[in-house]
This record gives sequence, structure tokens and C-alpha cells, in this order.
Amino acid sequence: MKPAPFEYFCPDSIDQALDLLSEHGDEARILAGGQSLVPAMNFRIQQPAVLIDINRVPDLDYILEEENVLRIGAMTRERQLEFSDLLSQQAPLLHESVPFIAHPQIRNRGTIGGSLVNADPAAELPALMLALNARLKVRNNSQERWIEAPEFFIGMFTTALEADEILLEIALPVMAERTGWSFMEVAPRSGDYALMGVAALVTMGEDGKCEGAKLVYLNAGDGPLEAKEAANILLGEKISDDLIQSAAEHGSEHEITPFGNVHASPEFQRHLAQVLTKKTLTQAVRRAEERKQ
Amino acid sequence: MTTRYFGKRIKRNEDPRLLTGRSLFVDDVDLPGMLHAAFVRSPYAHARIINIDVSQALKREGVVAVYIADDLGDYWKPGPLLVSPPPIADTVFNEKTQVPLAKDKVKFSGEPIVMVVAESRYIAEDALADIYVDYEPFSAVVDMEKALEEDSPLIHEDLGTNIAARVVQKKGDYESIKPDAALIIKRRFSYEHGCAAAMENRGVVAEWDRRSGRLTVWDTTQAPVVIRNGLADLLGLSERQVRVIAPFIGGGFGPKIMMFYQEEVLVPWVAIQLDRPVKWIEDRAENFVATTHERGQIHDAEAAFDKDGRILGVHDVFLHDTGAYDPYGLTVPLNSQANVLGLYDIKNYHSEFTAVFTNKTIVTPYRGAGRQHGVFVIERLLDLAAKELKIDRTEIRRRNFIPPDKFPYNNEIIYQDFVPLIYDSGNYEPLLDDALEKIDYHHFIKEIQPKLRAEGKHVGIGIVAYVEGTGIGPYEGAKVQVMSSGRVSVVTGVGTQGQGHFTSFAQIAAEQLGVPVDKIDVVTGDTDQFYWGAGTFASRGAVVAGNAIYEAARDVRKKILQVASEHFNAPEDELELFDGQIRVADVPRMSISLGELAKKANPTRGAVKPGTQPGLEATNYFGPERGATSSGIHAMIIEVDPETLQIHIQKYLVVHDCGKVINPLILDGQIHGGVAQGIGNAFYERLVYDDDGQLLNGTFMDYHLPSALDVPRIETAHGETVSPLNAMGVKGAGEAGAIPVGPLFAQALEDALHNVDLEILEIPLNSNRLWEIINDANNKGK
Repeated sequence: MKPAPFEYFCPDSIDQALDLLSEHGDEARILAGGQSLVPAMNFRIQQPAVLIDINRVPDLDYILEEENVLRIGAMTRERQLEFSDLLSQQAPLLHESVPFIAHPQIRNRGTIGGSLVNADPAAELPALMLALNARLKVRNNSQERWIEAPEFFIGMFTTALEADEILLEIALPVMAERTGWSFMEVAPRSGDYALMGVAALVTMGEDGKCEGAKLVYLNAGDGPLEAKEAANILLGEKISDDLIQSAAEHGSEHEITPFGNVHASPEFQRHLAQVLTKKTLTQAVRRAEERKQ
Repeated sequence: MTTRYFGKRIKRNEDPRLLTGRSLFVDDVDLPGMLHAAFVRSPYAHARIINIDVSQALKREGVVAVYIADDLGDYWKPGPLLVSPPPIADTVFNEKTQVPLAKDKVKFSGEPIVMVVAESRYIAEDALADIYVDYEPFSAVVDMEKALEEDSPLIHEDLGTNIAARVVQKKGDYESIKPDAALIIKRRFSYEHGCAAAMENRGVVAEWDRRSGRLTVWDTTQAPVVIRNGLADLLGLSERQVRVIAPFIGGGFGPKIMMFYQEEVLVPWVAIQLDRPVKWIEDRAENFVATTHERGQIHDAEAAFDKDGRILGVHDVFLHDTGAYDPYGLTVPLNSQANVLGLYDIKNYHSEFTAVFTNKTIVTPYRGAGRQHGVFVIERLLDLAAKELKIDRTEIRRRNFIPPDKFPYNNEIIYQDFVPLIYDSGNYEPLLDDALEKIDYHHFIKEIQPKLRAEGKHVGIGIVAYVEGTGIGPYEGAKVQVMSSGRVSVVTGVGTQGQGHFTSFAQIAAEQLGVPVDKIDVVTGDTDQFYWGAGTFASRGAVVAGNAIYEAARDVRKKILQVASEHFNAPEDELELFDGQIRVADVPRMSISLGELAKKANPTRGAVKPGTQPGLEATNYFGPERGATSSGIHAMIIEVDPETLQIHIQKYLVVHDCGKVINPLILDGQIHGGVAQGIGNAFYERLVYDDDGQLLNGTFMDYHLPSALDVPRIETAHGETVSPLNAMGVKGAGEAGAIPVGPLFAQALEDALHNVDLEILEIPLNSNRLWEIINDANNKGK
């Protein structure tokens, strides 16, 4: 379990990093927290010829709020998300979900940008970006562009990022009024990749009817999956247990495509999706109603 | 004697060194000019090797040598059979031991084919990608039952069968009592065990000194003396030319016993060939496929009961997966066969097993060594009978316990040590009573559980029993010596893998010599320090090596008294050993340190008298006529989420009897570690093979060991039934924690999920599997 030979660069500015990336293109991989890349290299599943370590590039780790938008630097460690008061107030869904990511030691090194670019369908952060309407700022050595989360995640371990681009920032709207949130997952052991996970957001109108709902699943297909039809079942309705049950059934039966793995069959994953949809929606609705008062 | 050391909860002597990184492990051995090895391993479970091209690898800078089977010449031969078949009439045993490098055919995925030796491990691994092996893949033999079908592919063609062994053992006459039975329970049970997943993988470093003609091998083995003898034989050297050192080893659990693994025999040979030190350290990916597993059995078992739940007899026919080779003989299935009898007075027993070759990693003992499988069968049969007869599950066990006045109790079958399985001593009811009280069994089922159920909670209780055969022969030895500093040296031939030998062995000597435990230096696992021995396995270290140390320390004590008696001109019975001194009782000025006395016993002038020996030193041996049998009860309260099938263990209790306890702290540690592995076996760990014989979850990401968050606090309590088979009265405890956890989970989960008519007949479980079993039960009910 030793990596294949590779060339290592450790630039100290983003421009140097982008130049190196432009020079080496497909041959190169960016090293952020290294919590997925380095094990994959040791297994020789990944054999990049060039490693560009951006840990010394300044000003890539921050969590700020500007005009109702949260801006998070791509090199922000998961542990920083976990301990951010700002996130706990303005993006409680994200804040509450971070402890489900692996173990503290991994969160100390692992970065939000690294996880998003890795695009593991079983990872929490890609699903949360979808749930939170995130926009992602990427740059190559000549230009910068923004990508909406649904367009960013293309498939399993695949994103819209070009070979010469680096993810720099994630922008999230702060959570809307009268909105409740919930994130739950079932993992074999604490810290494992989840067998199934669900993020739910529900906005309740003054009239007690549902004004907005969002359901996103992880490890339910080849990327984070949004269940729009299931969410639509709730829209404009007073929420009841029966309604939640039908949303849970619809989402888990028709809108996800879990593959199964050595720990769970696709059938069990669907069963868990249904259970978790029910639980998360119930919690999100309750919280939305609490926040209304 | 005023200070007692034996039986005390003393902190471990070795821990400061281990915790501050000052202990030697095999990977710490770093020698000038040392080369590093890596192996091409078969990606196929079953294939013909058509061609191997190593030419590109040899051209890579830094590669020193590349070996395939044909390069080994006469050194290429199947490894030794480590345990011969048992002396049981009509036993069939087909011996097939592993070869150093696969030739012609590969028989399991992970089998080594090519050995690369290079200036660094990085280069050696790079060179693996330069080697091209052409294979003709065959269908893999994965399923034990299919392996026995007429048209199954054969793993060892010359045998004409995939049967590795067949053994029948009988006690009484099961068929004759069957008509008298009020109830017969018959089920199929399947039990899979996993891999040991020791914290440290295997490793070997070998250094050949051509000037002295001596070979030194650092090896992660549990049995350095056996490896020394075997390597000397294989290499054509005398035993005195070979030194095997088993330094600190990060866990053994069985797979490191004395396997003569392919790498273990190749590295020393290559070091001699190249006249340079060679190191190989197994990585975790290799460990999952190349280090032995334990894996599974399928039992078709039935038990006959009278109307009161007394067992009239048990009939069990089972298949045992032995993997691609069977170098460790039949230890695992023999243990299973014996453990079906448990701690119960079973007068009629028919047991037969067939060991089956499969295209999978070799199976050898792993902590429990087949005991789990047997315990699962009998404990489940008792639970099923209790339910049928409406007898409390603890009561049915109580009714069947061997009564205390029936010891020694002869089970009339042959055990893994090849002598009849006779339990030396035991008293089971007090253990059960203690467990019932400590887990508050009756209160829980009568009051607490109904309340929890009314609240919609699914909380169940489990309580199971087991015996553990421990401390088998042949023998161990020890040398105890008072050094001139006054410190005491204790040397024994067994290896150590973290059990606390440096403390428990010291306590045994301390008790005899009146020397504080921290002034006793224990040496294990170095064949130059102690020549004789067998090794650390089968929960035998404390019993066999411990008693050898006891005997040797007693001899030294006698010698001390004799020398001091002459020195003080006082009778021996007026002398006392205390705090590293020997003194004449009640005469404070007549006192001498043991170090000073040792110097006097080794004079530089004058003569050591005829018939006496210099120094305060003795060597002695201990060989038990048979094993000592420990016993115990595990109890657990577990909560299950009925929707996600996730579990939470609320309480875990072990009441255990291993005779006299040397160090309760170390014993607790043994139990805790065993329970953790048992929990892993019951609910987390599972080796998943596909139909092609590929292990699908050979990483710690997918092979789930229970973590600190999954293992609850474990409460322990002890009974003490002294073993009459050794002077200290001790029994082994190494495997006790791990053995009965499977049936405990099964029983407690059935109890927790009381609203489903569940029968859990298999281990391991996990949330997914439990969900399937519940669905099957619900569908059957419809």
C-alpha cells in the first residue's frame, strides 16, 4: 500500500496553483485535505503523475456572511464548519449534518471543497449543497465562473469542474424564515458512510400550509438525488402524518435508484429512505412551526 | 509472607514502554543494507498459471531479485502439517498444505505467485506492475455444499474430491433415545466467523551472518520455538544456527500461531541467497486475503428433550470450510464438535463433520477457534426448546448443567489435544445465579420490560452459557534467575501479543521470591534466551508457561533458602523472603539482599560444592495431562430500533470462572477484548465473497470492526473453581470473552423484537440481515 511515484508541488499562491494545473491538466490532482485521495493513492486506485498541494495557498478558508449569503472558502476544514456559530444560526441544516461526516480526526483535515470535488454519492456535503441551493465558484488561470449545485454534480465521482479549474468558494443563501430542517442517516457504525441519508427542508406559510419543501438523498444513486415529486406532494397542503407517509413512499419508491453494496441491499436502502424521509419531514415540519412563533 | 503479588490487580509492567513507543515491533527492525519484499498475488481464486514474465521488473532500477516457484529449486515444497489428524477411528484426512509460491495453479485469490526484492518497498511495489502473469481462469469453488456435488470443479485434482476431512464422534446412542423424547428440535444453523484483524499485520525480517553461520529472524509469530525448529529443518541448518525473535506483536489471536506462511519461509531463504537482510511487512490489503481466516460452518442439528426440558441427546452433522489448504489439521472443527456439548450433561451425542476445500483463504484458529460455532448450536437448541416447552430459558440451562459432584466429567469424545474431553472442575449454577442477580433478570422480565414495551420500546435481554477448553499441552518451560543487581529474570519460550505476560508471569515469580513485581524482568519469544517450548495459543500461556514459571521459581526459592541458611547459619524455617531480601525472622540485622546472596552463590574463589550449582537459578517445565476447562455466563440488555434495525447495547455482563486469577485487571482486559471481538462477529464483521471467490470487502472501510462507540462498558464478575490439574489452580481465559456472543445476540434480539415470531439461526447479523429475517418471519406468518 505505497503510492505509485508522483511529482509533488506545494504552491503558495492560487495563481501558481492554477498555472501548475494548467500545465499538467489531466495528469495532476489537487491535494486538499487528502482524506479520500491519499488512501486511493495508497491503494493505487489513483495514480496521479502530479500532486498539487494547495494547503499553503492563503485565504481559502473562511466562513462569512454578506447580504444574506454565506460564503465558505473551499479549504475550510469540516471541523471548522462543525464549530461555526455563524453556520449554526444561518445554515443549521449544514451545521447539524457535519458531525455525521466520518470521524473527528478526518474532519480535522477534510475540507468542504475536497469533498464536493470528490463527489462521492455517499458523502454528506454534496447532498447538502443540493438541499441548500449552493452555488460554487471555480476558476482557471484565465477566468472565474459560478456553477449551480445541480449542474455541478454530474455523476459518480464526476463534477462539472474542468481539468484546469479549482473550486474556490461555496455560496449559500441563509436559511429562509419559517423554515425547518432535518438531516438523518443510518450508518453501520458511527462515522461510516451512510447506508442511506436524507436532508429535508420545509417552509410553512402563515396559513399553516406548506410553502416550500425539499428532500435530498445521499447514497441513493450515482450522485446526490433530489426528490422533487415527493416534495411537491407537501406543497400547498396542511401537513399530516398521512401526507408525510405518502411523500416518504413516493420518494423512496420512485425517485431514488440505490445500487446496494456489501452492507445493504437496494431494497433495504429504499426501506431506510422511507423511514428516514418520514422522520426528517416530521422533524423539519415541527421545527418550521416552532420558528414561526 | 506479608506482601502478596499473586491475585492482585497490578498495573502492567509493559505499558509505560508500549504507550511511549519504546518497544520493538518487527517493523522497527532496520538493518544496514536491508532489502524489501513485495508479492504478486493471484487476482483469481482458481486459475491455471500459463506464463509469468518478470523480465520488465528485473530491468527496473532498484530491483535486486525476482523469484517465481521454479527459481526456488529444492526449497519449493509444501509446508509442514502443523497438527496431524486426531486418533479417532475411521477419520478421513486429506493433507494439503500451502506452497511457498503457486506453481501451475492458484487456489485462492491472494495466493503469492512472484516475490520481488528491491532496495525499498516503494520500488518493490512499483515492480509488481511490471510483471505479467497469464491465467486461464476456472470456476471457483466457493459454496461448501456445491463443492461436494459430483460436477464441482476440483481444487486439488489428485484427491478426486473437495473433501478435506471427515470425522465421526459418538457418545452413548442417540438413535436409541429418540423414541423416548417429548420434544425434538431440528434446525439448520449457519455460523460465519471473520478475520482476526490484529492491529499489527504480519511481518518478517531475516538476517544471515555468513561469518558465524547464523540466521536471525524477527517474526510476528505466536510460536517462535516451533518456527525456529521448522526453519532450521527447511533450510538445512541446525537449530542452534537459527534464532527466532518474536518481539512485541500487536495482537495474535491465532492466525499468527506457527503457520509457516509463504512469506515466513521465503524471506529467510532469500536473505541467505542474497546475503543481505530482507524485510517484508504485510499491509492491510494483503492481510485480508493472505493471513488465515476462520469463517464458516453449516450445522444440521437436532436435540431430543424430555418433557421437563432435559436433554436426552444431540445429533449434529456439519460442514466446515477449510479454505484452499488445511495445514492446521482439524483443530477448528474438533473444537466445534466438543463445544456443542457445552456445560450440559448430555449422555447421547452423535457428531460428524466434513471439512471442505474451497477457493478461499486458508482457515485456521482465530480466538475461539470453532468454539463459537458449537456454542451457537447448543445454546440456540436450548432456546428453541425452552420456547416450545414454555420453560424459562435460564431454567432449561440450569436443569441441564453438569452437577458439581460429577467432576471430573468425561464427555467421552476426543478433544483438540487428542485426549478425551474431560472437564477438570466446574460449578455452573452459582455463575448463573450471580449473572441473574447482577443483570436483574427476573425484575427486568417481570416489570421493566413490560413497561418498556408499553412505551413502544424494543428492549430485549439475553443470557447464555459456555465452556472454554484451555491450557492444553504439550508443555512449556521457564528459567528463573536472581541477578546480582537483585532483579529477577524470568525467561520462557512462548511469544507475547499483548496479554500482559510481563506482569502476570512476574506476579507468579514475585509470589515465590518475595520480590516486587516491578523488579522482575520477563523475557518471552526469543529462542536464544529459551530453547524449548510450543507457543502462545489455545488460552494456554498462563496455565502452561505460568505453571512452568511457578515450578522454576519454587526451585529458586528452595535454593535461596538453602544458601541463606548456610550464610546465616540458621535453619530454613526461620528464614523469610520479603521485598527482595532474605532475613532471619525477628532478627533485623540478619538480612541480605537477594542480589548479594546471588553473588555469594557464584563465588570467584573457593569451590561450588559437588552436587550443587552456581547462582540462584533454576529451569523447570510443566506439561498438563490435559486441558483445564473454564466456564461462564454472558448476559446483555439490548435495544433495537424496529424501523432502522440499529442496535444499542444498554448493559453487558460476563460472569466467568477460570480458577485462580493471577491478575484481575489483566483478566478484565482479556474479557473486554474478547467481548469486543465477539460483538464484531455477531453484528458487524462479515467476509463477503462473490461467486468467483473474490473477497468484496477487504478494507477497514467495508470490513466493519466494532469501534469504541459500538462496544459498551462490560461488567465482569468471577467464580473460582480451582483446576486440580496444576499447582496454581489456574485455567485459561484468552477466548472466554469472544465465544458466546453470537447466541447471546440471537436470543436478546428475538426477545427485543417480541412482536415478530423470529428465529435467528445464523451469525453474523447486521441491520440489513435482521430486516430480511423479520420480513421472512412476517411473510411466513401471513
